[in-house]
Amino acid sequence: MSAGSMNRAPLVLLYLNVLIIATCGLVYELLAGTLASYLLGDSVTQFSLVIGLYLSAMGAGAWISRFVVDKSLARCFIEVELGVALVGGLSAPLLFAAFSRVDIFGVVLYGFVFAIGSLVGLELPLLMRLLKEHLDFEDLVSRVLAFDYIGALLASLMFPIFLVPRLGLIRTSLLCGLLNAVVGVWGTYLLRPLLNRSGLLSLRIRGALVIGLLLIAFAQAERLTKLSEESALGHAVIHAETTHYQRLVLTRSEQGFRLYLNGHLQFNSMDEYRYHEALVHPALSPIRSPKQILVLGGGDGLAMREILRYPSIESVTLVDIDPGMTSLADRFQPLAELSKSSLRDPRVTVINEDAFIWTGRANGPKFDAVVIDFPDPGNFAIGKLYTTRFYRMLRDRLNDGAMISIQCTSPLVAPKSYWCIVSTLEATGYQVRPYHAPVPTFGEWGFILASAGPIPERLTLSTELTGKSRFLNDDVLNGMFVLPHDLVRVKTDINQLNNQALVHYYDEEWGVWK
Amino acid sequence: MRLSRRELIALMLGAPALATGCSSPPVVPLHGELLGQSFDIGHRLRDGFRPRPADDQWRNVQVAIVGGGAAGLSAGRALLQGKCDDFVVLELELVAGGTSRSDKAGDIAYPWGAHYVPVPLADNKPLIRLFTEMGVVESLAADGSPVVAEQYLCRDPEERLFYQGEWIEGLYPATGASQEDHMQLKAFRELIDLFAAWRDSSGRRAFAIPTSLATDDKEIMELDKLSMADWLRGNGFYSPRLHWLVDYSCRDDYGLSAETTSAWAGLLYFASRLRAPGADHQPLISWPEGNGRIINYLAEVIGPRLQTGMAVTQLTPVTSDKGDFVEVTCFNTQTQSVTGLRARHVIFAAPQFLAPRLITEFTERTKRKTDEFEYGSWFVANLHLKDRPPQKQGYPLCWDNVMFRSRSLGYVVATHQAGRDYGPTVLTWYYPFTESHTREVREKLLKATWADLADVVLTDLEVPHPQIRQLVERLDIFRWGHAMIRPKPGFISSQQRRDARHPDGRIHFANTDLSGVALFEEAFDHGCRAADEVLSALPQDRV
Repeated sequence: MSAGSMNRAPLVLLYLNVLIIATCGLVYELLAGTLASYLLGDSVTQFSLVIGLYLSAMGAGAWISRFVVDKSLARCFIEVELGVALVGGLSAPLLFAAFSRVDIFGVVLYGFVFAIGSLVGLELPLLMRLLKEHLDFEDLVSRVLAFDYIGALLASLMFPIFLVPRLGLIRTSLLCGLLNAVVGVWGTYLLRPLLNRSGLLSLRIRGALVIGLLLIAFAQAERLTKLSEESALGHAVIHAETTHYQRLVLTRSEQGFRLYLNGHLQFNSMDEYRYHEALVHPALSPIRSPKQILVLGGGDGLAMREILRYPSIESVTLVDIDPGMTSLADRFQPLAELSKSSLRDPRVTVINEDAFIWTGRANGPKFDAVVIDFPDPGNFAIGKLYTTRFYRMLRDRLNDGAMISIQCTSPLVAPKSYWCIVSTLEATGYQVRPYHAPVPTFGEWGFILASAGPIPERLTLSTELTGKSRFLNDDVLNGMFVLPHDLVRVKTDINQLNNQALVHYYDEEWGVWK
Repeated sequence: MRLSRRELIALMLGAPALATGCSSPPVVPLHGELLGQSFDIGHRLRDGFRPRPADDQWRNVQVAIVGGGAAGLSAGRALLQGKCDDFVVLELELVAGGTSRSDKAGDIAYPWGAHYVPVPLADNKPLIRLFTEMGVVESLAADGSPVVAEQYLCRDPEERLFYQGEWIEGLYPATGASQEDHMQLKAFRELIDLFAAWRDSSGRRAFAIPTSLATDDKEIMELDKLSMADWLRGNGFYSPRLHWLVDYSCRDDYGLSAETTSAWAGLLYFASRLRAPGADHQPLISWPEGNGRIINYLAEVIGPRLQTGMAVTQLTPVTSDKGDFVEVTCFNTQTQSVTGLRARHVIFAAPQFLAPRLITEFTERTKRKTDEFEYGSWFVANLHLKDRPPQKQGYPLCWDNVMFRSRSLGYVVATHQAGRDYGPTVLTWYYPFTESHTREVREKLLKATWADLADVVLTDLEVPHPQIRQLVERLDIFRWGHAMIRPKPGFISSQQRRDARHPDGRIHFANTDLSGVALFEEAFDHGCRAADEVLSALPQDRV
């Protein structure tokens, strides 16, 4: 080497660098693969794509390394390290943040994978050229490659055992970035004889800045994590898509899978039967032989599964705005199993339309019972489905003696929201019986049974259901209508189109908007 | 001379808009039309076009109503209710309604102009009766105030403001407002409350709708002498945010800035909508097609008596031994045929500035001038969108959406009141020519092409909605020449305006400009009053 020579003593330290570099390199690859399969689903495809792209990018990096002249070898190596530190270290937080904000997430993800791969591909060729003066070729190749592979093993063991469970994806990513940055700054000391004086200071300042930035990010990791969907939901994302109307995310844990719409939990496969039995049977059991049923919302098909238990059913119309939701079971087998493919039953007609528009259309069909399973009133578009106007329009859809059951958020967490719906129904002239059921995943959950006519004092489960339901028996069914002290009625406004009182209550009680 | 696109954007939206306007693609990849009133026939009339009907083309009618806008149609309905059904309504345009007209594309109806009416107070009984007939008012409360069916009250969320890069709730730019700003807003509202509580010796309010119910007390009428901005400053209001809110209100209701709106008119906007001091503003009644709903209802009631495409070219009072009447000459703009009507009475429900042009020897006979009647021009654009503009944060899409920095008034969403929250919609964008546009500028702007104007609309909307160009499928623009009467200081209290409503023999006047402010309630009130004049005169004719 013409420009000078590095110290002999720290040569062994350089091997440690190789080990760190190799470990971090593989962790970035694993991170990208995991993130891609979390966010985009279909883990086989994602892992395969990410590994292939990453390796080819490394190849590209290795090829580019030949254009680095000997004179600037050391500076280049350190700059590459700082680059990997920055791009790789921030990859997980940035990708999580981008996921919900960018439409072409795939492009961003694979762009990151390629950028990290190229930089990592530059590392070893540069390092090997730095070391070649001090070792003969065979030694160099065998030692560097040995440490490289050891690093890979280390990464693949630590990633699932320690890094992801203990640190999570975002901290893991930042930690590796920090390690790369430390290697870079350390290099300014190890390779000092190969660096010119003026460049040295600039490299160290940049190194310090990168380390500082990553440290700040690491300290803020909790908050960064909150911004990302995955940890907001707490479990591995197995399917996610943005439809025209909402964001659908399915997560899986050991207990089962969960569906989130716009970040709001809709059900947990483990205990959804409690919710759906409580939603459907109070409305259907008082009817002698229910034939024509209307479901509003409920695109997951789980309420439908409960309705189809009644052999007298002739037809069920389900109105859910989102075709992405009503076809989810076609793309996600576990939901098809859970819902018993109820939406594909020949008696079922699915209509993808805003229930407000559909209900308001003149001369529509009439029903024996209506099961309303809208999302909670977290925005104005949904809030209109809980107004006096809506309930008034719904009356034209009811046969004599028809029963309506409505899911109404938690009366414990959001008493004003819950009782606002009760008052709104009463103001529209309905008989109303509030009830509640414990659903472990949701907590104490509220429903309303309503009818334009009288509602029987005591309900009896249909004989077809006796022994077949997992949650309800006659006593539990009637017990749901007994309200404990902490669910006592509160006075509220009536929810109308022109005041949307409910959305304001819901916002206040659940804090949907910050 | 035609303006360049840059000049047009600078003229209409101001210099800052150029920065955004020029970076965006100048080509508008969509289609649409430039619509407008029938300038042709108007200008031919101005230049002396006075055709005579052939002798066999005359027929008799009891009442001829000239103008099929809100006032003329309201007069027609009032005649029918007074058991007079021998009348015609002659409308120059092919579509009735004047500035309340509307249109429909597929199943989305949208306005071309006026688009709401505040819920009338209990004392506006004739309007409450109309709304009851229409099914808009369901019942009356104990105090006589109307109970409006929920679906016709403007749905929440009602209005939002794009301020400092973000949509916020309401129209007041509250973000970053100082304590002083808030105090001034509060003090302003308290002063308005004082006006809401004010009564003259005969119990009339300071500001009422229709204005015929309001006081003519000197103390209140004096307010017409100064501008709204002067009034604000004179009362110690200097908060720029309050001035913006008031200025926006003046531009929205009158097409004038606060500097050139009469303080009386400016205060009318705020105080007439309060049932009582401290009360919330009266809720708004709206329909997807705006006030076009009322027009369509009135047109249905009147039936074939409404004749569109009929330009009235001359009104001549005639005295004969068989009794007095008015000769009405009509030019059918479609068939180009000329017919005549001998009407016992005429209700002139067109803008006042047309009176001397159409009524023979009007000035000589009445000694009245109309030069103080000044009208503002507007552009209204309807943008047909294939989908809603995407939005990640801030207050959601409302009925009324206003941009703080814009010279336009923002836009209303036609599908809002129908409860359609997803998919295609129509946005109606409003742009008033305030007095800062000189006559030359106005004439230049009226010569601008559709493509250039469409670019102005899109440049304005691009500020809050960067993707708007990708969403618009059709963009139509309506040029309103003499759209709205301008309540400049002194006009409301002028003798000329006060005299204008008095009949000229058998010609009775009905138009919102007689009130000095352009409001549906005023047009309706004048229509009903003119019909009453005719109805009380008709029995004497039959003798």
